[in-house]
Amino acid sequence: MNRFAALLDRLAYEPRRNAKLRLLVDYFSHTPDPDRGYALAALTGSLMFKEAKAGLIRGLVEERTDPFLFRMSYNYVGDLAETVALIWPGPDGDIRSTDGGPAPVGHNHPPLHVPTLTEVVETLATASKSDLPARIAAWLDALDETGRWALLKLITRELRVGVSARLAKTAVAQLGSFEPDEVELIWHGLAAPYEELFAWAEARGPKPESNNPAPFRPPMLSHPLEDEDFTKLNAGDFVGEWKWDGIRLQAVAGLASDGRAVRRIYSRTGEDVSRAFPDLVEALTFEGAIDGELLIVRDGRVQSFNVLQQRLNRKAVTPKLIADFPVHLRVYDILTENGQDLRDLSFAQRRKRLEALVTRLDDPRIELSAIVPFSSWEDLAAARTDPDSVGAGLDADAIEGCMIKRADSPYLPGRPKGYWYKWKRDPYLVDAVMMYGQRGHGKRSSFYSDYTFGVWRDGPDGEELVPVGKAYHGFTDEELGRLDRYVRNHTVNRFGPVREVEYGKDKGLVLEVAFEGLQRSTRHKSGVAMRFPRISRIRWDKPAGEADRIETLEKILKRGEKEIHPLKDSQSKGPPP
Amino acid sequence: MARRSTEILTQTPQGLYCPLGDFHIDPVRPVDRALITHGHSDHARSGHRSVLATRETVLIMAIRYGEDFAGSTQAAPLREDIRIGEVTVRFTPAGHVLGSAQIAIEAGGTRIVVSGDYKRASDPTCLPYEVVPCDVFITEATFGLPVFRHPDTRDEVKKLLDSVALFPERAHIVGAYALGKAQRVMALLREEGYDRPIYLHGAMERLTEFYKSEGVPLGDTPKVGATERGSLGGAIIVCPPSSLQDLWSRRFPDPVSCFASGWMRVRARARQKGVELPLVISDHSDWDDLCGTILETGAGEVWVTHGQEDALVHWCETRGLQARPLHMLGYGDEGEAEEPFTPWVAMEQSAP
Ligand SMILES: [Zn+2]
Ligand SMILES: [Zn+2]
Repeated sequence: MNRFAALLDRLAYEPRRNAKLRLLVDYFSHTPDPDRGYALAALTGSLMFKEAKAGLIRGLVEERTDPFLFRMSYNYVGDLAETVALIWPGPDGDIRSTDGGPAPVGHNHPPLHVPTLTEVVETLATASKSDLPARIAAWLDALDETGRWALLKLITRELRVGVSARLAKTAVAQLGSFEPDEVELIWHGLAAPYEELFAWAEARGPKPESNNPAPFRPPMLSHPLEDEDFTKLNAGDFVGEWKWDGIRLQAVAGLASDGRAVRRIYSRTGEDVSRAFPDLVEALTFEGAIDGELLIVRDGRVQSFNVLQQRLNRKAVTPKLIADFPVHLRVYDILTENGQDLRDLSFAQRRKRLEALVTRLDDPRIELSAIVPFSSWEDLAAARTDPDSVGAGLDADAIEGCMIKRADSPYLPGRPKGYWYKWKRDPYLVDAVMMYGQRGHGKRSSFYSDYTFGVWRDGPDGEELVPVGKAYHGFTDEELGRLDRYVRNHTVNRFGPVREVEYGKDKGLVLEVAFEGLQRSTRHKSGVAMRFPRISRIRWDKPAGEADRIETLEKILKRGEKEIHPLKDSQSKGPPP
Repeated sequence: MARRSTEILTQTPQGLYCPLGDFHIDPVRPVDRALITHGHSDHARSGHRSVLATRETVLIMAIRYGEDFAGSTQAAPLREDIRIGEVTVRFTPAGHVLGSAQIAIEAGGTRIVVSGDYKRASDPTCLPYEVVPCDVFITEATFGLPVFRHPDTRDEVKKLLDSVALFPERAHIVGAYALGKAQRVMALLREEGYDRPIYLHGAMERLTEFYKSEGVPLGDTPKVGATERGSLGGAIIVCPPSSLQDLWSRRFPDPVSCFASGWMRVRARARQKGVELPLVISDHSDWDDLCGTILETGAGEVWVTHGQEDALVHWCETRGLQARPLHMLGYGDEGEAEEPFTPWVAMEQSAP
């Protein structure tokens, strides 16, 4: 457990992906089975046990500490698991020496047994509910502060150390010098503690078989379309599709060896998310793997991402949630069918198979993503700007641009060059004024690289700036240098890592901010929160007084809300179309 | 007749004052006669008429403020009674930094110990703390919450060395206070067998030389040259905490930002400072040692000068000890003081 705790401790502070990867590879190559396998399971979210509730942990610590001191400590530290890890009394009570001398040496404590990660995981999976508190307490007694922190984060399922499942698998792949996708391909046939996977990675054993009847296959990804691409690419080689503002999913159905149907839904990174979408799982009445976008469709109309988010945010999937937020899969590719791997076929051939399948299914929950007709790039540009003009109809609001795919492209895992491109709808733009600069993280920790910006609104004393968002990318390294200098030279106030800069009607720096959408937010003073804001241009030339007003954002917000409450809106504007 | 403690020591705007001997201890403003516990800038200030402190503390003050930092100076021998007016004072090692001492004041059978800053953990760069039995114990409470329990320094240094081994191309920059912490980190590295040069920020140089001249073995500690920074991949560099996030640190190859401080025990604090490798190494007592020391002195009365006073006072009361917070302003170790809490930062962190 100590080794695993040290790894988590280090990962939690390390911002760089490559450094995280090296820490993981180092851990996997120096830790024996089965501990490293359970660590991999913990990092990929594949551990099966019932989590310990915060109340249990609190109860344990309250029995052992002075309530006043615990409360002060909790207020100070701000995180329950961390507070408990730090305040947990040592074997001698709440202080090292209570009898006037240095820590007693001759005290005969039974030697405390530091648990291995394997013991922890196996005990949690099997221990009865009534046994659990005593077990956890004994572990906490034996571990040090970092060990206790890691244990508590693990058993309360709050292990957030900035490592994705994909990164952990990439580390295993690196151990064996193979491609991460090779791990991905067999992943769903494996189970903790993954001994055969590590044996394969260390060239001590054969490649594990994937005996999963409904495995995840790494998806094919696209490149953003750059301006210069248009001169290189021939419009006639490509097929156009809408780019949906939803969640990319892979739906897979197969037969287990006992003939039972196995249906799974995977996220883009291979996470099994079937449990969140029982209504969609039900619709997978085929054998094969299809690729598409998860959308909410109400009364035949695709809803915006804001609406989808409301379903995703909910933990419990109740019948009411399913009825209020009906999910659909808008499919655009097929990878396998009836045991046949279709990925080597051309896009055009796969499309035919897909169309036939969708027709056969005849289920409104699984629909084809339409082909966007175009014969020149100019056609496509027009379609992208106004999806309605080429028949997107009611769905136009949920379209964030176009995809173009070579008609002859095979289905290749990862982001192969030259096949698929995305051409996003132009983002929203707003001119805002820089208000605060904050130090960045990692490589940027010596730069003021996170900027909070505001727009004008009417305040009690005339026009004032209200912060509407914060952005930390979109600029070049050279621009970062200039922005950093700007913050340093125009500081009027310091709050820890944050500096307030000079701003007003006739002073301040205007930033052109690009963003993808807006949501109402009670957590922000302005009442709005931006999706993916970034600095698109630095307007060194523009006077701060000419930056945008909050009404500009209100307008965008109202457009979005029409989609969340279509009925409310249509009542005020006449009958629904 | 036994003197009452408040007759021996009172609080003035300048700091703790002994009317029977007419002197202040660690005054925050210039006074006639100052007794100084140790050389940190919040305790040792310049401009007093006369200063009484250990030989090392006097030398440290001269290095920091110049030879004429006080009208006159006198070196206090350790563990010897010195008569001042109607009281007897005595300097005893406090284990905090080189030269640090507790000051015991005795009059009419009552003894008060002003501990200054102190720690009980071992430190190869200074004399260890010695318990002085007393009636009134005056303590700091910088880390006076039970969440502060400093780990074994060897494990912390090992974390640093492990990282250097795993990332041999990256510069490891360790932020550490210029007096005491920096030299302790270097000495701990040497104890673990690290024998390569340890590079110094210019601001560390004179005090480090002083430690060496006092017989603390720190090995090869070259100053980082202005043009050299880019070539120090794999090296360990020690700098003042404020330089960690400054332009100065940008020139090193892919630097790992490390910080040696007791504050690093709390994750949110380490993250707030952008630290990537926190090293929990403190020159102050942790909670267990604050409580343990209070009991060991046998004092029936405890005054708490600065830090987390409320928690420590509460603990004393649960032990049947009389305790009061002094709420003294102006103390907090050269940046080891609390940073002001900023609601703006808190709001940003909770925002999506
Ligand atoms: Zn100090
Ligand atoms: Zn101090």
